[in-house]
Amino acid sequence: MTMQPAGTEIASRTAAIVQELKGLEGPLLPILHGIQEEFGHVPQDALPVIAEALNISKAEVHGVVTFYHDYRSHPAGRHVLKLCQAEACQSMGSDAIAAKLKQLLGIGFHETARDGSVTLEPVYCLGLCACAPSAMLDGEVIGRLDDEKLDEIAAEVRS
Amino acid sequence: MIPRIYVPGDSGALALGAEKVAKAVEKELADRGIEAKIVRNGSRGAYFLEPMVEVATANGRVAYGPVKPSDVKSLFDCGFLTGGYHKRWLGAPDKIPFLAKQTRLTFARCGVINPLSLDHYKAHGGLKGLQNAVGLAPADIVKQVTESGLRGRGGAGFPTGIKWKTVLETTADKKYIVCNADEGDSATFADRMIMEGDPFVLIEGMAIAGIATGATKGFVYIRSEYPHAVAMMEKAVEVARKAGLLGVNVLGSPNAFDMEIRVGAGAYVCGEETSLLNSLEGKRGVVRAKPPLPAIQGLFGKPTVINNVISLASVPVIMDKGAAFYKNFGMGRSRGTIPIQIAGNVRYGGLFEAAFGMTLGEIVDDIGGGTATGRPVKAVQVGGPLGAYFPRSLFDTPFDYEAFAAKDGLIGHAGITVFDDTADMLRQARFAMEFCAIESCGKCTPCRIGSTRGVETIDKIARGIEPEKQIELVTDLCNTMKFGSLCALGGFTPYPVMSAINHFRDDFKPAPVAEAAE
Ligand SMILES: Cc1cc2nc3c(=O)[nH]c(=O)nc-3n(C[C@H](O)[C@H](O)[C@H](O)COP(=O)(O)O)c2cc1C
Ligand code: SF4
Ligand code: FES
Ligand code: FES
Repeated sequence: MTMQPAGTEIASRTAAIVQELKGLEGPLLPILHGIQEEFGHVPQDALPVIAEALNISKAEVHGVVTFYHDYRSHPAGRHVLKLCQAEACQSMGSDAIAAKLKQLLGIGFHETARDGSVTLEPVYCLGLCACAPSAMLDGEVIGRLDDEKLDEIAAEVRS
Repeated sequence: MIPRIYVPGDSGALALGAEKVAKAVEKELADRGIEAKIVRNGSRGAYFLEPMVEVATANGRVAYGPVKPSDVKSLFDCGFLTGGYHKRWLGAPDKIPFLAKQTRLTFARCGVINPLSLDHYKAHGGLKGLQNAVGLAPADIVKQVTESGLRGRGGAGFPTGIKWKTVLETTADKKYIVCNADEGDSATFADRMIMEGDPFVLIEGMAIAGIATGATKGFVYIRSEYPHAVAMMEKAVEVARKAGLLGVNVLGSPNAFDMEIRVGAGAYVCGEETSLLNSLEGKRGVVRAKPPLPAIQGLFGKPTVINNVISLASVPVIMDKGAAFYKNFGMGRSRGTIPIQIAGNVRYGGLFEAAFGMTLGEIVDDIGGGTATGRPVKAVQVGGPLGAYFPRSLFDTPFDYEAFAAKDGLIGHAGITVFDDTADMLRQARFAMEFCAIESCGKCTPCRIGSTRGVETIDKIARGIEPEKQIELVTDLCNTMKFGSLCALGGFTPYPVMSAINHFRDDFKPAPVAEAAE
């Protein structure tokens, strides 16, 4: 497991992010994005800091965090692999790709490998539908997935 | 003149290895001691040829593709800097049939220019629309957009000019232009391509919208699945601001307009306009009841134009060449051009901009070249996850809003997914229900609960448990969803489900025992 920062440290780093962004019109999503980028997830200890600075209830912040698929409540693995499961990728065999990848990595969707190497997530379209099936590894796009590319991905996340 | 080499930086090209190709070109240039400029252009949209590398020669651009990193050395050996022959040689890019057959109005520059060079943008006709607009009264800009016949390209097909008119005529201390770049539909990538390949056309369109309606602030809400588009738009806004295209005096006029890029957080429903506004405000992306219309009470309660990327990016050419020019393309009440995105199991996948009116069959068979697997086409989903599945028997349907509606389908954002004969339409119907359940904002019971019931009922059909009765149940459920949902997520999920059932009934019959052997 990666080391978790202490509650007070989370609070102070959160406060800095909030301070920087709170002047925006509708600052909550940019702030949450900033926090997830900083910590890799949105820690519980960040919520009261945001709530107080924006003058909204902690329940409201919690409600927003849980509404969106992107915000994680727990840290992800060192790599995040998003595999497209939407229709255009389905038409090119994304189901079989998913099955093979799950087997290679030994995890299912929304799971993180025990060694913390990788988190696997489904995604519904990456805009690479003319290069299906597709995936995104740590923000890098990959198209026309085949067995060879899956093996490369598996090797990369383990290294 | 030092040679110019174009290697696309578009996500689709990157997904097919363009970055490695660019690196290989760089290395080869260094090894050979050749001085050249590498331009990272957008994609022209012929993804079956990406990564497509081009060189600017004395006789114009010459294209090569699809280029692998291992091809690069031999490209140099074949003299590709002067257009020399190589097995990947494609000749002049605008003569490639897939591109030559198109009518490129909105995408005229995409893949051609350096996306971040305002000089290239202007050299290729950019900013003329905005220049015309700053000299006009707002009502006259609105009139031109209305007369062009432009309808919203985000899905609903609402006339853009009429929406703008409402905002213009509503008085308020502040108004907004919101660009919907959530592009969540499977099979769509037109918004992404424009943002990555010609970001200034969107900025220009938004500035015109601002001047036309009296709005001074714009937001582009881009889905988080598009990090490259986000980065490109942010850079382009910076360039535009420095050049005085955005700011207190747009192009030196008394009009103020500035904009910000915002990133979504992975919710499909946030593409629905009122949910998007809530999300921008920092709330849960729950759909709002209408009225009030966003045009009257939108972002932060202020009058707001909310338009799709392609709607806004089509405005500059209208303001440049005139409403009549644009309106001349198309058929019926579908005027102008539409960037059709041909995706999925298809041989020639990519973006094809054409006047409305081509038949579905022409698009799939002639332009798309049939399936990538070479097997027969079984079904084509048009309009993303809320769009209907079309069988071959409906391939004579022309690409036109009304013609698709008449066949119980929709054009949506003009994405087309091709499936070969191995597709199981029961699974596709099940997925439509499942997707609705995953992405529902939770406000309406038919959408939130009905979709989960839909999945369970379709599962029973698959297991052969009273299939006829289950089909009746699903049909009933679809009716409830259609009429009892606030937005099109719950309201249109019946399209893919019922079209699969109605056109591909065999897939909903109990599986014959022999299939276990397959
Ligand atoms: C569930 C749902 C998702 C939608 N997603 C998008 C989208 O990603 N992009 C978009 O432009 N419109 C989307 N729309 C349509 C918008 O609500 C709205 O009609 C559109 O942004 C208006 O712009 P236009 O008139 O320029 O098309 C969606 C609608 C629904 C119901
Ligand atoms: S139909 Fe579904 S997504 Fe749309 S408002 Fe109702 S619950 Fe929300
Ligand atoms: S459906 Fe997979 S990238 Fe669009
Ligand atoms: S591509 Fe540079 S000016 Fe035309």
